[in-house]
Amino acid sequence: SPDTLITELQDWASITGAGVDETPYGLPIRFEADVIRRNVEWLTASPISSINFTPIHALDGTITPQGCAFERHHSGAIELTKGDYRLMINGLVDRPLVFTYEDLERFPRENHVYFCECAANTGMEWAGAQLNGVQFTHGMIHNMEYTGVPLRALLNEAGLGAAGDFKDKWVYVEGADASSNGRSIPMEKALDDVLVAFKANGEALRMEHGYPVRLVVPGWEGNMWVKWLRRVEVTDAAVESREETSKYTDVYEDGTARKWTWVMDAKSVITSPSPQMPITHGKGPMVISGLAWSGHGQITRVDVSKDGGITWETARLGKQGDTKALTRFYLDTDWDGAPMLLQSRAMDETGYVQPTKDQLREQRGENSVYHNNCIQTWYVNAEGIAENVEVS
Amino acid sequence: AKAEAERATALELAVAEAQEQAAKGTNLTSPAPQMEGAYGLGRVAMAEEIAAWDVDVLPDGRGLPVGSGNAFDGEEVFADKCASCHGDFAEGVDNWPVLAGGFDTLADEDPVKTVGSYWPHLSTVYDYVYRSMPFGEAGTLTPDETYAIVAYILYSNDLIDDEFELSNENLANFDMHNKDGFVIDDRPDLEYATWRVEPCMDNCKDAVEITMRSVFLVETPPEGGTNSMMNPAKVEGLPSFSSDGPSFIPEAAPKPVKAAVEAAPEPAKADDGDVLIEAGKKVFKKCKACHQVGDGAKNKTGPHLNDLFGRTFGSVDGFKYSNTFKTALEEGRVWDEASLAEFLSKPKAYMKGTKMSFSGLKKDSDQQAINAYLATFGN
Repeated sequence: SPDTLITELQDWASITGAGVDETPYGLPIRFEADVIRRNVEWLTASPISSINFTPIHALDGTITPQGCAFERHHSGAIELTKGDYRLMINGLVDRPLVFTYEDLERFPRENHVYFCECAANTGMEWAGAQLNGVQFTHGMIHNMEYTGVPLRALLNEAGLGAAGDFKDKWVYVEGADASSNGRSIPMEKALDDVLVAFKANGEALRMEHGYPVRLVVPGWEGNMWVKWLRRVEVTDAAVESREETSKYTDVYEDGTARKWTWVMDAKSVITSPSPQMPITHGKGPMVISGLAWSGHGQITRVDVSKDGGITWETARLGKQGDTKALTRFYLDTDWDGAPMLLQSRAMDETGYVQPTKDQLREQRGENSVYHNNCIQTWYVNAEGIAENVEVS
Repeated sequence: AKAEAERATALELAVAEAQEQAAKGTNLTSPAPQMEGAYGLGRVAMAEEIAAWDVDVLPDGRGLPVGSGNAFDGEEVFADKCASCHGDFAEGVDNWPVLAGGFDTLADEDPVKTVGSYWPHLSTVYDYVYRSMPFGEAGTLTPDETYAIVAYILYSNDLIDDEFELSNENLANFDMHNKDGFVIDDRPDLEYATWRVEPCMDNCKDAVEITMRSVFLVETPPEGGTNSMMNPAKVEGLPSFSSDGPSFIPEAAPKPVKAAVEAAPEPAKADDGDVLIEAGKKVFKKCKACHQVGDGAKNKTGPHLNDLFGRTFGSVDGFKYSNTFKTALEEGRVWDEASLAEFLSKPKAYMKGTKMSFSGLKKDSDQQAINAYLATFGN
C-alpha cells in the first residue's frame, strides 16, 4: 500500500513552522537528544574531578561540536570573564609580562584543526574488554578548529634572551582554576606548534573547555592542554608536578614507569557499527565508518578487517588527513548477514602502524592506564548487534 | 573622477598580482608572521604579582617558601582538612586517592600508587598540596601547615617519625622510595622502531577466536547518564573465524542490554508468588554487578543483601557506608518493602549522598518483583 507519509497531507507540509529567533542560540533538534556526553559514575569519586565522553558513535565527519566534546576537570569548570582574564609570562625571560584578553587578540593569529585526546582514553581496556560502547572506550577525544596566537609569539614578546640555550629549557604552564593543573613542556615544542587559543569551531571556547583561553598542544596528551591558562614560566628544569609524576606516567610490568610520554600514537576505531550503533537494516549495502588520528602527523591509510585481523581491506579516507587531527574513514561494503569481527588499523606519515592489544601488552603489561592505542574489535552478530570483545 | 580611476587601476593591479601568485602556486595561507622585535603588547609584570602566582616548587627545592612542620602537628591539620577524602590514616575514602602504603606493589597486577610507593620527588607533594589542596579550598594553607601536612603524609608512610621537622632546608634532600623508578619515554626505541613496518593484508592469522566479551554492558538512556550491568554472557557458543568467514551463524541470541530491560515482568498478581520471585531474579541482574545474595554472599561495591528486610540501614559489618547511611543507622531506620521501594524509585533523592550510582527502578512491577526476590534470602 502507498506510504501515507507521501499520499496524505502532513501537518508540517501545511501548518507553518517556527519563526526566526525562536531559539536565538540554537540547539540540536529534540529528536537528537540522545547525542550527548555521558560519564560513567563509578569511575571517579566526584563529578567535580572527573571526565565524560564524546558521543563519537553518533557523529560523522571530523569536527566535534563544542556542546558534545568531552570534558575533563580537576577542580570543576570555572566561570572566568574576559575582563578578569590575565596571562603572565615569567621566569627566564627578558621582560616578565602580563597580557589581558584584549592584548591576545592583537597578535597575529592562526587557525588549525587538532584532536585533543585524554591520555587515559581506552585506559579501562588494558586488562580486557570492559565497557560496551565506543563512546566509553574511545570517547575521551574531540577535534576542533582552533583560533589563537602561537605561544612562540608571546614568548618572543617577553624576550627569550635570558633563556640562553633552548635545548634544556622548558615552559611550565598552569591554569587559573583551583587545581591549576601545571605541566612542563619542552621549549622545542613550545616554539613549534603550541597555540594559545580563544576560539573553537569559530566561536568562543565553552566554559568546560577553558573559556576564555586554553592551551592547545597538538598531538600531545590532553592533560597538557591547560584550560583557563593563566601563567607560562620559562624554566631550566621540568617542575615534575603531580600531573607529570604521580599521574600521566605509565607503569610497566616490572613496576618501573615511563615518564614524559607526551605524544599520542596513531590510533583508530570503528564508530559505526559499534555497540551503540547496531546494524538495523539487515543484509545489503552498508557503510562501515570510523575515526583515525596520530600525534605524529597525518593519517595516511586505514585498513579494516571483518574477520578479526585475518584479512584486511584499505578503507577510503573522507578527505586527506590533516596533521594531528581526526581523519574520517569509510569502508563501503555489502553485508551478507554473517557475523563479523570488525577491526580498524591506522597508519601515519611516519610509517607507524597501530598495534594490536597483544603487541602493546607484550611491551607494557596491563597496568599502564594511559596511552592504550590498541586495535579495537567489535563482534557483530547475525542480528547486527555489536559488542566489545577481545580476540586471539 | 581621477581619484576613482586611480583606485580602480590600483585594484586591478592588486587582483592581477594575486592571480599571478596563485598561478605560481604561492602559498597565501602562510603562518602568522614572526616578529622581528616585540609588538609592545602587554605590560611588565610586577614583582608582587609574580610572587603571588609563581609558587611552583622544583625537585631541587627552588620555590619553597621559608617554613617548617612535623607530623605531630600535621596530624591535626590533616584530620581537619584532608581526612574527609583521604582518610584519617591517608588510606583514602571511596574513590579518593590513597596516600599511604602500597610499597612493593608496583609490579603487581593492581599497583597501589601512593605518595609513599610511587611519587619520585617530595617537592611535588608540597607543590600540589600548597597550590591545589584542600579540594574546594585551594590556596588557603600557610607554608607551615603545608610542611606539617607533607610531614604527616610521610609519617603515614612510615618514612619519618613524628618528631621529624620538615622544612625548606631539608625537603629537597629527602629521598623518596621510588625516586629511581622512572625512565624517560623510550617508545621510539622499543616500539616505533619495530612497529613501522608494512602491515600484513591477507592470511595474517589462521583462525581467530573470541577470548573475552565486554564486562560492563552500558545502557545509554536518552535522558542522559549511564547505567551499567555486568555482562553474564560467555564466549562459548560464538563462532570462530577463518579466511572463509565465521564457522557458523549462531541462533538468534537475545540482545544483551535490551534483554535485561525487556525481561521486566508484567504487573504480577499478588497470589502468584513464584512467578514474582522468578521475575525478581531477572530484575536483580541490574543489581548483581554490585550486590550479592544467597549463600556466601559478600560485600562488593555494595553491601550484601541477605536478611535485608528488618535490618537497620547501614548496618552490614565491614561495608564502608556513605555518611547518609551512617546517619540513618544512628537514627535506627529499618529496611522494609516500602522503604526499599521508595529508595529504589529514586536512590539519590531518597538517600542524598548515597554512593550507589544506580539510577533506579522505574516500574512498580519491578519493585514488587525485587521485594519478593530479596525476601527469599532470609528474615
